[in-house]
Amino acid sequence: MSSPILKLVAQRIALGILLLLAVSALIFAGTQVLPGDVAQSILGQAATPAALANLRAELGLNDPAYIRYFRWLGGVVTGDLGTALSSGQDIATSIGSRLWNTLFLAFCAALVSVPLAILLGLLAVRYRNGWVDKLISGLALASTSFPEFFIGYLLVYFFAVKWQIFPGISTVYEGMPFLERLQAIALPATALTLVVLAQMMRMTRAAILNVMQSAYVETAELKGLSAFSIIRKHALPNAVAPIINVVMLNLAYLVVGVVVVEVIFVYPGMGQYLVDHVAKRDVPVVQAVGLIFAAVYITLNIVADVASIIANPRLRHPK
Amino acid sequence: MSNELEFLSHHVVVGKLSRRDFLGRAAALGVSATIANSLIGSAARAAGPQKGGVLKAGLQGGESSNVLDPALNLSQVNFSFGKAWGELLVELNPDGSLENRIAEEVGSSDDAKVWTMKIRKGIEFHDGKTVSPEDVVATLERHSDEKSKSAALGILQGIDSMKASGDEVVITLKDPNADFPYLMADYHLVIQPNGGKDNPNAGISAGPYKVTIDEPGVRYGGEKFANYWQGDKLGHADQIEIVVINDATARTAALQGGQVNMINRVEPKIVDLVKRVPGVTIQNVAGKGFYPFNMFCDTAPFDNNDLRMALKLAMDREELLDKILRGYGSVGNDFPINEAYPLFSDDIEQRKFDPEKAAELYKKSGHSGSILLRTSDVAFPGAVDAAQLYQQSCAKAGITIEIKREPGDGYWSEVWNKQPFSLSYWGGRATQDQMYSTAYVSGADWNDTRFLRPDFDKMVLAARGELDQDKRKAMYRDIAMVMRDEGGLIVPFFNQYIDASGKGVQGWVNNPAQEMCGGYALSICWLEA
Repeated sequence: MSSPILKLVAQRIALGILLLLAVSALIFAGTQVLPGDVAQSILGQAATPAALANLRAELGLNDPAYIRYFRWLGGVVTGDLGTALSSGQDIATSIGSRLWNTLFLAFCAALVSVPLAILLGLLAVRYRNGWVDKLISGLALASTSFPEFFIGYLLVYFFAVKWQIFPGISTVYEGMPFLERLQAIALPATALTLVVLAQMMRMTRAAILNVMQSAYVETAELKGLSAFSIIRKHALPNAVAPIINVVMLNLAYLVVGVVVVEVIFVYPGMGQYLVDHVAKRDVPVVQAVGLIFAAVYITLNIVADVASIIANPRLRHPK
Repeated sequence: MSNELEFLSHHVVVGKLSRRDFLGRAAALGVSATIANSLIGSAARAAGPQKGGVLKAGLQGGESSNVLDPALNLSQVNFSFGKAWGELLVELNPDGSLENRIAEEVGSSDDAKVWTMKIRKGIEFHDGKTVSPEDVVATLERHSDEKSKSAALGILQGIDSMKASGDEVVITLKDPNADFPYLMADYHLVIQPNGGKDNPNAGISAGPYKVTIDEPGVRYGGEKFANYWQGDKLGHADQIEIVVINDATARTAALQGGQVNMINRVEPKIVDLVKRVPGVTIQNVAGKGFYPFNMFCDTAPFDNNDLRMALKLAMDREELLDKILRGYGSVGNDFPINEAYPLFSDDIEQRKFDPEKAAELYKKSGHSGSILLRTSDVAFPGAVDAAQLYQQSCAKAGITIEIKREPGDGYWSEVWNKQPFSLSYWGGRATQDQMYSTAYVSGADWNDTRFLRPDFDKMVLAARGELDQDKRKAMYRDIAMVMRDEGGLIVPFFNQYIDASGKGVQGWVNNPAQEMCGGYALSICWLEA
């Protein structure tokens, strides 16, 4: 591997870190302008002025904002995300298992959806403009066009209530047998798959079709290769960059965009955790989760960039 | 009811006759399915609870930010779970009377100022220690500490001093309070070893279940505590589990799919649909919670009683009850008390919608222009619709209401108890005194109608110290009348707690004090084999 490519990759990573820093400042600023006040939100309607004053002092809410920002950033860099205001628990510990849950769900959904989307894309190209292509595109677009909660409720209605094949609530816990865990996440993973499928499938189809019009594919055809071999050997490798990009975007969505699905299926992941703490104005948790989401998003985008750079022969072998 | 049916229903319970056959025979005898089903229920109760199994509840009202500390216990999930592992000094029965738990006897001096509680001997905590009067004092100390964040801080402020002596706890109050034992039934006051001062989140008390699972916002679990002091009276299932399901649709689906045996908070608008699901029973009970329209009595234009009365008369309560709660509730009468409270007088005339009288009083008040009413979705379910219906009924009396829909974020800190005319909710309290002293006397922090009347304060204080129940009842009637005719409170309706139980759940007893059988659903119910 040549040094220009290393330089490009290093640039991307440095840019990512800079971006993350900017995002951290934004997140902090954003949480400062929320209406209401943490102490009031924790105690709710049942707050007495005395209890409020005590809580505010204890939480250090009386310090100026920039001091709190740098105190927070210092903690984050050293791996200390602070303690949740509302429960007093260590955030890193509570997030640990939930992040794992979210990643597990995202991983399972990705394991099904990515190969499926690419395979369907290839099939659509192979039988382009025929009824197979139209059926695949039509179904995928339909499933994407429905809002996630609607798909979620449909799945619950049929699979959990009517036929009772899968549980409608996906409560998972530590020490749960692996098969039970898989069964529990069957419905949310299906819902997520249906949501992300179409974009990846359509992108695969479009990228490969683009390549299919080039001269070397025509040559391959004239050589007498079968349609599938052409797609696999000649078209796919040259169309992989845009496909990787859209796959990464969707993977990022599987991690950071699953709030609605988690709430519907009562899945104990990051989304639910974030929603609970936003409602309680638990600023340190919101900041920590926001930062983790941003980090996931930026990392996956860097991976996508780097992968496209490596996949692109023109960038790999610059003149 | 015919003897034959009772005989047959017993057969169903012991398993000699199927439910379907029984219902068929009952129909042949001209009995409706509902009555026949309830017969099986009562026969099952008579046959006694069945032991064992895992009883699961799917509950709304739990967040990942919750902790087990009873002092900070505000959500529905922690409330129900607290009743399973915690033990109180005294507890409220469904009929409103008090049952002695850790306190074996409760007595007072003649002036209701010094209260003595004899602590029951031989009650064991989950960690094997024995409950002592010192633990009780330590618990009350922790909750009444000025620095404490306990939600029970307010109700313990009347305590002057307390001490353990022998097997008794002696508490001296600053002012006489005949309701003191009721205050001890507050669900936050779970007795913990050394008052929970060492580790408030340990989840150790003397209730029927030991805490085994504590995953905030996800699920909680308990196993039967072998040395529970009441033996088999409570806690029939071997294990209990609470799954937090905040989404209403997911909750109903979980009950229908059989993943949980009971759920709370069935929305009024879907009750009729849930009723039709086979095996599911709707459990609803009139509670003490109400949804007030609050006017500040010290702020113009609401400082004029004619205007306040006009606004009260311009409310069509029946319509609101019908459309907002679908009839699952009862109309309010502009004071914060209903028949779910002890010492309630049921002879107070119900205020009715009277647009003519309202128009007349409105004219008399001299006010002109529109009146700003603030509402929000978080005030109570349907609060925005309620405000709009009220706007229409006011228009019939010639009163113009302007509605401002406030964001849910910050409603409780920026609008409620800050703006002069807004919608809110109250969960009700154990006794009338507690309700009035929390929200309607001059010194109360939560006086959300700014009702500042020294003569009214005196009436509440006098009733608090009165030990003669008949006299007390009459005093509370007078208090209610002042509130109703001069207060800043408009009560459209009291709500109901609507829960649902699934197939095979027996032993359910509604409690007007709170949802889920007063929080005891998991301890008093059992699963039919």
